Amino acid sequence: MIRWLPFDWFTAMRFMRDGWVQTIFILVGVSLGVGVTIFMSEMLSGVQANFLHRVLTAQAMIVVLPPDELAVALHTAPGVVEDAVLQRPNQRPRSIDQWQNIRGQIEATPGVSVVAPIITGPGLAVRGNASASISVIGSDPADYFRIVRVPDYIVHGQLRLRADDILIGVDLAQQLGVAVADKITVVAGTGGRAPRPLTVTGIFDLGSKGVNLRTTFVALRTGQSLVGLPGGVTSLEIALADPFAAEATAQLLAPRYGVRADSWIFTNKQFFIAVQAQNLSSLLIRISVGLSAAFGVASVLVVSVVQRAREIGILRAMGGRRGQILRVFLIQGGIMEFGGAVLGSALGAGILLAWNRLARQPDGSEMFPFLLDPWLVVGTVAVATLVGVLAGMAPAMQAARLDPAVAIRG
Amino acid sequence: MAEAPEALRLSGIRKSFSAGTPREVEVLHGIDLVLQHGEFCALIGPSGSGKSTLLNIIGLLDRPSAGALFIGGEATAGLADTALTTLRGRRIGFVFQAHNLIGAFTAAENVMMPRLLERNWPDAAMRAEAEALLEKVGLSRWRDTRVNNLSGGQAQRVAIARALAMNPVLVLADEPTGNLDTAAADGVFALLREINAQNSTTFLIVTHDVRLSALCDRVVELVDGRISTDKRQLHPG
Repeated sequence: MIRWLPFDWFTAMRFMRDGWVQTIFILVGVSLGVGVTIFMSEMLSGVQANFLHRVLTAQAMIVVLPPDELAVALHTAPGVVEDAVLQRPNQRPRSIDQWQNIRGQIEATPGVSVVAPIITGPGLAVRGNASASISVIGSDPADYFRIVRVPDYIVHGQLRLRADDILIGVDLAQQLGVAVADKITVVAGTGGRAPRPLTVTGIFDLGSKGVNLRTTFVALRTGQSLVGLPGGVTSLEIALADPFAAEATAQLLAPRYGVRADSWIFTNKQFFIAVQAQNLSSLLIRISVGLSAAFGVASVLVVSVVQRAREIGILRAMGGRRGQILRVFLIQGGIMEFGGAVLGSALGAGILLAWNRLARQPDGSEMFPFLLDPWLVVGTVAVATLVGVLAGMAPAMQAARLDPAVAIRG
Repeated sequence: MAEAPEALRLSGIRKSFSAGTPREVEVLHGIDLVLQHGEFCALIGPSGSGKSTLLNIIGLLDRPSAGALFIGGEATAGLADTALTTLRGRRIGFVFQAHNLIGAFTAAENVMMPRLLERNWPDAAMRAEAEALLEKVGLSRWRDTRVNNLSGGQAQRVAIARALAMNPVLVLADEPTGNLDTAAADGVFALLREINAQNSTTFLIVTHDVRLSALCDRVVELVDGRISTDKRQLHPG
């Protein structure tokens, strides 16, 4: 006898124990549904978190650029245009006007954690007869490498960028046949400037062949010299405390300083569309699983009510009130879903852990971090329990409405 | 509070059913019956005479179309469903033909069930009462046995113990020996008589068994929805 339980809880537990085969079946069913839901939700969250981590450690949250150069129509008189065709001018490398002032003011903006001046331009890396077109990124490593975590991806050499140093990717190193301490010649793509010999001090692997082949890092002054903008910078790259404030901050900065400001959210629109699609499909799957579990519980309870009609009649004859009978079946629904959700959460966590150990990216790193949000588990168990109670409503009302005289006669 | 001298009073009880037709069919035509405390009364009659309908009305499982019903002196007319349920639980015990125990419970739990539904007794007292009642019906050894594992006679004894759990003023027994062999039926009937003698519990027993009805103090016969005979037996058996 479970002495501390009131009638409805006691009877619900006994009915479930008595019909243990049905109880186990529905527990397994709910567990599988909840397990898949937990696993799928956390895996998607993990994959998204991993992607975000990679994106946000490989690019700035906001890039401030000089405004595009525009051709302005020549008016010979008010309303009269000299030439009907306006050709868009080419966008030569230009410095951000007054970038030191702008940088100081942006650094003082709330939420901004780092502002790094960058100069970028095309170039050609030459080693003997081999050559490759590259993108030269000149920066102050103390600032820039707090935004783009190149130090995390150095596989050979060290992170040193003095005036004659260069960091290159593993694929460029292979193509040119160079190792750490070798020299390569960098020719500016904009022409007119003398080729410059630089020493490879570090080789990195950013996880993308194209990036490893084309991206190179040099000191800011070296970059300014190669691109031909002494003292100038082509962009200011910004990190924020809250990555998701990037778009709002970008829209604030652009008009304030008369510049272009592109947030990572804007430049990765497709990613966010994919995330939305994933979240929507995940929600639909969760709803389907929840409904399946609810119908499963309801069908088990409907059968139970039919099987126990005579016993319900007896309980009513002995003084059982409709509310007490109703609760017996609501509690069963709630317990089945609660138990199934707890077991399912453990199952989902187990699958997630196993998947996290087994599924690896080509470079051997984990496909996604093992994240088990306790609030997701608590929320899932709470919602499942509520669904169980609601699923028990129809059969419980059917039981409570039974006429005891009819039920006893069978 | 002193008990009213009457365990049951029926006054002009009528019951009609429409049975899905526009014309109502009356199955009980004004039943008047009084059972004093401690009476051991048999209700007999052919099939279709209205015994089950009358028993359902007395057991507050159904309402009469007309007439008045008093249980232990308490009027039932105008009571809401919840009040009727409470009155039924506290004042009336049931013993059915197919014993109708709750298969998921043990013998002791079945006997405790009326108290558990009431929720007004401490667990230890409920348990002690159930054990005492099971001892009274000779089943204390089986108190923790699931009732599905008991024989028909044992199960009916558990049902009798359960019917006595709330110390009711009236026990309604509907063919309590109908599913038992002769020896078990005699044992169960003897138990009912013994309880009646010891506790002065009032019994109204529906039976087709003439041999057993002859052992009752009083026999009421129902024919076509009317009491045809009401006979007291001064020397039962």
